[in-house]
Amino acid sequence: MSSDVVIVGASVGGVRAAQSLRADGFTGSIKVIDAEDHMPYDKPPLSKGFLSGSQGVDRISLISEKAIAEANIEFLLGTAATKLDVAESRIVLGDKGTLHFDQLVIATGVRARPSPWEATDGVHLLRSLDDALSLRADFESANSVVIVGAGFIGAEVAATARHFGLTTSLVDPLPIPMARVMGDEVGIRFIELHHRNQVQTYFGMGVESITGSKGNLKVELSDGTLLSSDVVVVGIGAVPNDAWLDSSGLLIDNGVVCDEYCRVVGHSNIYAIGDVARWHHPRHGKLVRVEHWTNAVEQAACVSHNITNPDELHQYAPVEYVWSDQYDWKIQLAGITAEADGQVILEDPNNPNRFAAIYNDSAGKYCGVVTVNWPRALIECRKLLSGDYEISVPVQRVEALLAASPSR
Amino acid sequence: MVTILEGAIKLPIVKADLNLCQGYANCVMEAPEFFDIDDEGLVVILQEKFDEDKRAHVESAARSCPVSALRVEDE
Ligand SMILES: Cc1cc2nc3c(=O)[nH]c(=O)nc-3n(C[C@H](O)[C@H](O)[C@H](O)COP(=O)(O)OP(=O)(O)OC[C@H]3O[C@@H](n4cnc5c(N)ncnc54)[C@H](O)[C@@H]3O)c2cc1C
Ligand code: SF4
Repeated sequence: MSSDVVIVGASVGGVRAAQSLRADGFTGSIKVIDAEDHMPYDKPPLSKGFLSGSQGVDRISLISEKAIAEANIEFLLGTAATKLDVAESRIVLGDKGTLHFDQLVIATGVRARPSPWEATDGVHLLRSLDDALSLRADFESANSVVIVGAGFIGAEVAATARHFGLTTSLVDPLPIPMARVMGDEVGIRFIELHHRNQVQTYFGMGVESITGSKGNLKVELSDGTLLSSDVVVVGIGAVPNDAWLDSSGLLIDNGVVCDEYCRVVGHSNIYAIGDVARWHHPRHGKLVRVEHWTNAVEQAACVSHNITNPDELHQYAPVEYVWSDQYDWKIQLAGITAEADGQVILEDPNNPNRFAAIYNDSAGKYCGVVTVNWPRALIECRKLLSGDYEISVPVQRVEALLAASPSR
Repeated sequence: MVTILEGAIKLPIVKADLNLCQGYANCVMEAPEFFDIDDEGLVVILQEKFDEDKRAHVESAARSCPVSALRVEDE
């Protein structure tokens, strides 16, 4: 099949889409454009090993020069898409001209929600390679940091700040921040984890103001507490990069709205993947948008299949999966744990730093799992998520693992 | 006889860098007939050599690894 595919966004979604197209036998031209100048890089390390300095730029590369040449993928970096002209099948690249496409893949991701507070000097967001470099430079010279937002990224930044030996404070409006994803019982364990690592937590409190400048910042909390720090990191979520599509006529509503085949609603040759895509998930029966690495890769593979096999379209119905590394915890989550009805927690008597929480929905059916330092249990449970099981099934699998593991 | 034949047919092989592997197990989900993970959370390659017609499948599993720990090579 020969035609021109244009992919907007050269992060994990866009790059994996280009590679999958070649693997699926696509012979037309593939152009990948990105507003950023850097060669394609991966984001998860930006709050972990790359921020701490243990991983260099070479370790976060998404694709080698050799692989780019072999797959004959053309990258146009430092080039932002500013407009989509559906009628003419082309995108506008600011003052750098236009680009024709037969098939378009939108992979423009999200950006960090900007800080609504006054101070800017010494106040960081974390989304890009440049963000991570500038935060690392400040961490190297600072003594203290306040992190606003205790989601995955905020918690990982706290862990890395402790690695630098900084006095670290973590603020979140929810009393148990991780409860929104994993329920109260597991959420409390994450608070204890921060405390064991000498992080001061201010949970259940909002931020009233952030004033001052680097080296002398003041964060005022809703109960009147005043925190002083050298730097502040604001991690309060993300917003889809869809403004460039405003005049396109595409349906935009908290992301680019797609059908179950990841085609933008009403268009058979325009697809969206990764963090920016909000698609109709056939198993959940509703529109979902997922900001997880594995989702971007799997959605890229699905769209590649659908572009190369137009007569045999695949629906996109993934099982959610995300990981996070915090201090000495390797956390893995699969399926739906956010709206679960209850959970069974299994601990390993030989390893106090290891547990699995297995969640059930209101009908008592198994719906999701969280594991800490237990990849073997995660994979057993993750495999079961594509089926329909009582919660006792994954529980028994994990119990069998425990029974089989030699006591130390 | 057998050795000559083995030398003549070059099969692709998949290798794992166990220093990089973090036990994310995306490879196991993609291609359970090729990969598993052990109790320590490290990938175990169940089948190192494979037929050419499986290449796309194994390469797809390699691309799903979050730390690029898997490589497909021609022997
Ligand atoms: C610090 C951090 C840590 C993370 N850790 C984890 C983790 O541990 N586990 C996990 O599962 N997920 C993690 N994630 C999430 C994961 O990285 C994302 O889900 C993934 O990057 C999404 O990929 P994407 O290709 O959809 O979009 P993005 O990675 O957001 O990339 C979008 C690209 O599009 C480009 N772009 C945007 N607008 C335009 C335009 N108009 N023209 C041209 N180019 C444009 C951008 O420059 C960018 O390069 C983390 C994210 C961050 C920021
Ligand atoms: S996907 Fe990568 S990190 Fe995960 S088990 Fe496989 S090789 Fe290891």
